[in-house]
Amino acid sequence: MHNVWTIARRELYAYFSSPIAYVTMAAFLGVMGLLFYLFLVFVQQATMDPILGSGWIFFVLILYAAVVTMRLLAEEQRSGTIELVLTAPVRDWEMVVGKYLSSLILFLIMLLISAYQPIILTRVGDPDIGAMLSSYLGFFLVGAALLAIGTLTSTFTRNQVVAAILSIAIGVGLWLVEFLGSRSPGTFTGDLLSQLGLFSHYFDFIDGIIDTQHVVYYLSLVAASLFVATRVLEARRWR
Amino acid sequence: MIEAENLTRYYGPTRAVHDISFHVDKGEVVGFLGPNGAGKTTTMRMLTGFLPPSDGTARVADFDVFHDSLEVRRRVGYMPETVPLYPEMTVWAYLDYMAALRRLPDRKVAVERVLQACGIGDRADSMIAKLSKGYRQRVGLAQAILHEPEVLILDEPTIGLDPRQVTDVRALIQEIGREHTVILSSHVLPEVSQTCNRVLIINKGEIVAEGTPDELTSQLQGAERALVRIADAGPEAAGVLERVEGVIGVEATADGAFQISYAQGHDRRAELARAVVEQGWGLLELCNVGMSLEDIFLQLTTEEVDPKGFPKPLESGKGEQDA
Repeated sequence: MHNVWTIARRELYAYFSSPIAYVTMAAFLGVMGLLFYLFLVFVQQATMDPILGSGWIFFVLILYAAVVTMRLLAEEQRSGTIELVLTAPVRDWEMVVGKYLSSLILFLIMLLISAYQPIILTRVGDPDIGAMLSSYLGFFLVGAALLAIGTLTSTFTRNQVVAAILSIAIGVGLWLVEFLGSRSPGTFTGDLLSQLGLFSHYFDFIDGIIDTQHVVYYLSLVAASLFVATRVLEARRWR
Repeated sequence: MIEAENLTRYYGPTRAVHDISFHVDKGEVVGFLGPNGAGKTTTMRMLTGFLPPSDGTARVADFDVFHDSLEVRRRVGYMPETVPLYPEMTVWAYLDYMAALRRLPDRKVAVERVLQACGIGDRADSMIAKLSKGYRQRVGLAQAILHEPEVLILDEPTIGLDPRQVTDVRALIQEIGREHTVILSSHVLPEVSQTCNRVLIINKGEIVAEGTPDELTSQLQGAERALVRIADAGPEAAGVLERVEGVIGVEATADGAFQISYAQGHDRRAELARAVVEQGWGLLELCNVGMSLEDIFLQLTTEEVDPKGFPKPLESGKGEQDA
């Protein structure tokens, strides 16, 4: 774990010493703030549901995760710094997890900043705090899964743009499969596709329900992505 | 310290390294010499555990580079050819990061020590992106010796440096080489003959010669050469010299002298002197010249070898064969 933390710390340093952290946060929080304003003014309800449950924010989250993670391993492979890290006594998985962890921490920092919205809501109304917390937990889990996918696609290539496009494609694909599944409800493939859907596991959190199966879904997505990412990194050496 | 047995490495169908075996003893400074694309970098990467060999094994400090990769990596310091660094970090932050990955107990002391050793103390707080090539090279070297490794592997450590920096880096390597085992690669001959106790000449993925610079010179001399300088030599001089018994080649040098070659152990200097004097010419100079490491290098790594066994005269780009 020591190496994981060392790598994550350096990566955070890199995020904040480049414009990436600030620009992505500003863009995400800007969109989220706009949604908050629009819904608060027009819906006049003290709830985060319209914001955290909106398709707009899903799409922004997919883009955000792709942009934040695209350089993680692609850049190391392009510049060759990966050769230095992996000739130090660092295991491949430690590198993958360390990189991933940094993007997760960055995401968490951003979510904490966005907490001004629910705090405002508690001032102006009487929101269901439990539901808000579970929405946030769900949103964090979706983000965690997307960041893991981004970390994975970043191992595929030394080109950051390619990595970002791949992770956007996978994110949107995972979002859309549930609509594909809902076309044939009751059949095996239909149910399977619905279950695979990235956001189909999310709406229970919005309703204030924390269901283990959903938590397991997101955590498995994270574990699987990071596992494959480690394998891809290993496989690079054999080619 | 290092034992390589039948190391082979393919990149897809391309064979980069073929059946290389060698050993390096503790405290030796060994040079890999070869044209670009000869397989030097690939061999080094296999020794550092970065690339697994396709076939064969290598042991560093008695640990297998593949099965005990982490143990090997703990004992090896490595500077890749391109000296990859993180441009957005300061020199200090970067070295501190590498020291943390190496789990050094006292990072501050270690970083300060290598900053001093590599002469970059004054740039500790500079961003790596703003450093000149020479400084980057030294940062790469500093990173490689942070953990006082038993084995130091340096891929083209002086490439792209100006002459002064080259001298500095070589001196640094020699100093490190007093206590550590060092492998360095180069396609610059003087570098290898100056800094290394032993040289492995690699071409097309195979070791074509091995020995100390002196050994190589004597072992590989299939022939000896003499330099003859004649006053007022006419155009027929080359022909006259060629007709001397035992001479197998005459080559005019740029400054008007002649390089005469004859079979090893058959000194023809007396006969040459007699021939010159018989012609009534003035003999200004006559001496034996050995074969320089440069000649051997070219002879071993250049495809078209003269039928008489001599390298073609040095042409630009001759040593730059691509794999």
